[in-house]
Amino acid sequence: MGILHRISGPVVEAKGMAGAKMYDLVKIGKEGLIGEIIKIKGDTATIQVYEDTTGLRPGEPVESTGEPLSVELGPGLLRSIYDGIQRPLNLLAEKGGEFITRGLSVPSLDRKKRWDFSAVAKNGQKVRAGDVLGTVQETELIAHKIMAPHEGTVSGISSGSFTIEETICTIDGKPVKMMQRWFVRKSRPVAEKFDPNIPLITGQRIVDMFFPIAKGGTVCVPGPFGSGKTVTQHQFAKWSDTQIVVYVGCGERGNEMTEVLTEFPHLQDPKSKKPLMERTVLIANTSNMPVAAREASIYTAVTIAEYYRDMGYDVALMADSTSRWAEAMREIGGRLEEMPGEEGYPAYLGRRLAEFYERAGRVKCLGSDGRTGSVTIIGAVSPPGGDINEPVSQNTLRVTKVFLALDASLAQRRHFPAFNWLRSYSLYTETLDSYYTNNISSDWVELRKEAMALLQKESELQEIVQLVGPDALPEKEQAILLSTKMIREDFLQQSAYHEVDTYSSMRKEYLMLKNIMRFHHRALAAIDLGIQLKRISEMPIREKIARAKEIPEDRIKEIELIGSEVDKAFDELAKASAR
Amino acid sequence: MKEYKTVTQIAGPLVFVEGVSDVAYGEIVEITLPSGERKRGQVLDTQRGIAVVQVFGSTAGINVSDTRVKFLGETMKLGVSTEMLGRVFNGLGEPRDSGPAIVPEKRLDINGAPINPYSRDEPRDFIQTGISTIDGMNTLVRGQKLPIFSGSGLPHNALAVQIARQAKVASSKEDEKFAVVFAAIGITNEEALFFMRDFEKTGALERAVLFLNLADDPSVERIITPRLALTTAEYLAYEKDMHVLVIITDMTNYCEALREIASAREEVPGRRGYPGYMYTDLSTIYERAGRIKGKKGTVTQLSILTMPGDDITHPIADLTGYITEGQIVLGRDLHRKNIYPPVDVLPCLSRLMNLGIGKDRTREDHRGVADQLYAAYATGRDLRSLAAVVGEEALSATDKLYLKFADVFEERFIRQGSHEDRSIEQTLDLGWELLGMLPEAELKRVKKEFIEKYGKRFRK
Repeated sequence: MGILHRISGPVVEAKGMAGAKMYDLVKIGKEGLIGEIIKIKGDTATIQVYEDTTGLRPGEPVESTGEPLSVELGPGLLRSIYDGIQRPLNLLAEKGGEFITRGLSVPSLDRKKRWDFSAVAKNGQKVRAGDVLGTVQETELIAHKIMAPHEGTVSGISSGSFTIEETICTIDGKPVKMMQRWFVRKSRPVAEKFDPNIPLITGQRIVDMFFPIAKGGTVCVPGPFGSGKTVTQHQFAKWSDTQIVVYVGCGERGNEMTEVLTEFPHLQDPKSKKPLMERTVLIANTSNMPVAAREASIYTAVTIAEYYRDMGYDVALMADSTSRWAEAMREIGGRLEEMPGEEGYPAYLGRRLAEFYERAGRVKCLGSDGRTGSVTIIGAVSPPGGDINEPVSQNTLRVTKVFLALDASLAQRRHFPAFNWLRSYSLYTETLDSYYTNNISSDWVELRKEAMALLQKESELQEIVQLVGPDALPEKEQAILLSTKMIREDFLQQSAYHEVDTYSSMRKEYLMLKNIMRFHHRALAAIDLGIQLKRISEMPIREKIARAKEIPEDRIKEIELIGSEVDKAFDELAKASAR
Repeated sequence: MKEYKTVTQIAGPLVFVEGVSDVAYGEIVEITLPSGERKRGQVLDTQRGIAVVQVFGSTAGINVSDTRVKFLGETMKLGVSTEMLGRVFNGLGEPRDSGPAIVPEKRLDINGAPINPYSRDEPRDFIQTGISTIDGMNTLVRGQKLPIFSGSGLPHNALAVQIARQAKVASSKEDEKFAVVFAAIGITNEEALFFMRDFEKTGALERAVLFLNLADDPSVERIITPRLALTTAEYLAYEKDMHVLVIITDMTNYCEALREIASAREEVPGRRGYPGYMYTDLSTIYERAGRIKGKKGTVTQLSILTMPGDDITHPIADLTGYITEGQIVLGRDLHRKNIYPPVDVLPCLSRLMNLGIGKDRTREDHRGVADQLYAAYATGRDLRSLAAVVGEEALSATDKLYLKFADVFEERFIRQGSHEDRSIEQTLDLGWELLGMLPEAELKRVKKEFIEKYGKRFRK
């Protein structure tokens, strides 16, 4: 038990804290505000406080709980919405009203709810750590697996109805409950990490086709404000083919979190037709909520993601935005009077970012059934002024494998998603190639390379056009500009708000691009026959190609037919001009 | 209450008091100068034996020998009441007009508390401002925070009063009550008079509360002024069921004051000398807008900031843009062409637009028309720079149409009178009329059925 000595913003000092450990959770003052020890010198501990410190006085008591900051893991996580230190926001509202008041303590998981546990392990069975003892149907979509915390012999196990604090069995005499706690700053163990060679299908054409993400991969999405970072994150959360989504709004807008909260329960998971919320955990620490809890929110999120991965699920973690997280570190570092690194950020910024992204991966889980799971991390970065030559973006790029560069000028002309196709990259394309060849089409890789080469050619030609005007180009090069315009407008542009266009299957993506490329080849051939480009550009089939994005998946045959219609239209054009 | 005479150091707006024992962080302080004058301050840093106090107002006249400091035992509070409507206050919340002191119905902490995201309700009521570039392309909704990014010398004040004058909700019922809370931060007397005169002329003053911190008022007060305004707004909205529009001008002066205090405290500076916590600090102002489930009133925020050197990447504009739900950007080029309001639509954005528009709210074709206008104007603007190099003659026929479209768009859609109040139907129809200049095959952003239904009558 110590005594508060100094208060300066979200960082306080307490004396008489001998025996306290680094990262121990403490309760501060009469109200019992929650904080974490981040520095110890003699018997003085420096504490970052997860709540507003206004009104605290020197001399108030400080008590260490002796335990580090942990999250509660167990049935009931899904469909929840937490703040940065895993307090359910609905319970905070019930207890403290519409505004977040201080010193409230509420349990992270419901203690009273009874869950139907169906045992898988048998009495007398020898189990290893990570073996499935039984399952609980947590939501309609997700079966929650209760895993053995350590090895030993199971006894007293039976199916039935339990709360998360009741003993479901014993292993070597030690009682096992459905709830466990895990220190958030420590990653959960796995048996083995794999190469990421399965794509995460997002339904977003530019990503799936040109910059694919692998399950267990890491993605960096930097962009200035208004370039569509948040909409992109929402789209990934809605449409990615993962079973679990963990969404952390770290230092972002309150109204945006409300949008997620009201929208996700109504959105249907495209495969199961069940509400998306049935497989989602939300963590909301808006910008005006205490800054230290913002620092913790990222760890809370990734620990929950790892927990579901350990059950053998594919998990997508969306972090919006990691810049706010880094700024929280900077703010607290500044209060500690640490020697700052680049742009005032602490010198350990790069290490912290690397540690975080390293918790992604596709893994073989602990347990003897050899199940696999993955955590894919998609981190948004908000670089000041949109210029990525700054510490957070640069340190993130060093550890992430996919870079989706959002571009303000594209956003301004309402080209969405505003990913710059020349600056973005994915280091997974090659590892994933065999998947596409085997599962979608043998010429997928070819198609992608050709289209990308065309887009690169376009940017060269545009430079010439800027100098001499489009008419100075030979007809064939003008035809390239026509085709790339089609790629940009009719393929890359995708409206998140259009009920059909918002998601494209891989097959649809493939057919759409294939049609455009077919048009391109036929246009070049037609020019060789002496047909004027003007007549090609006036062909009504172009509109059909453009509107293909509005054709729903169950009428995908129609998109396939456009291919032959392109041929027909060009044949007729050739005939007409031969006459 | 103990009084201390132990001031040991005075630096800029900060006073160091020694020998104190248990001063609360954020506590309010009363300082009595040797001359008998009284000032207020707030505790910024406290530990056993020493407290650092930030003084509101000038520190002139404070000395170490016989200045007395009294700690009042509570944090900064504002007494609020509905009587505040129609009144003018100074930057610390004291009456500035000749009226009597306010008898508070309630005393509220001026820092407020974050709204629980779970208790927030989605903003979705379309506010018609009567300005085409805002209603048509960057729709404002109740509970939104939308700043105006301006530059020195641009008519942002005129635009702000026009919005305050014309703003209405299409679906509003008779019994809804409106109020305007206006916070002036470091603006000139002349600008303040402009606002007051306009409020008076239109009768808006009766339902307005004004907080004025003028350019010659102490800069430290500027930290307090917007918080007073928002505390009043929250009281009127969430306890008195009013729909409150908060206008704050100029946030640039607020940030300057923040930097001044940070440097007096010898803090590690962030970008361009602004403190590293400026994002968090700004968010505690901007985030105080919204709707709350079960409450009738709303707080909508319209903050004005002048971008130093018209630079949108300047930390003030940059951090603001990351917190607010979009931005209205004024452009110097348009202003030079004598177009009012000079709203440069391309960098503008309203993030909550989709919640407030569409069928049953504005019109089903709204999204498509807005997107198409954006795309067409952007193309036209690009071609303008191309035409400047290669000459208009070198452009294709379609490109020439786009070029013409951009000119007409500026002349007819962007330009409007300072008292011209266009309904949303007028704005959208005007949009269709302008799109009528372009061939139908170019209109890829609008659904075909809408072209038939709304656009046909404007097409030749």
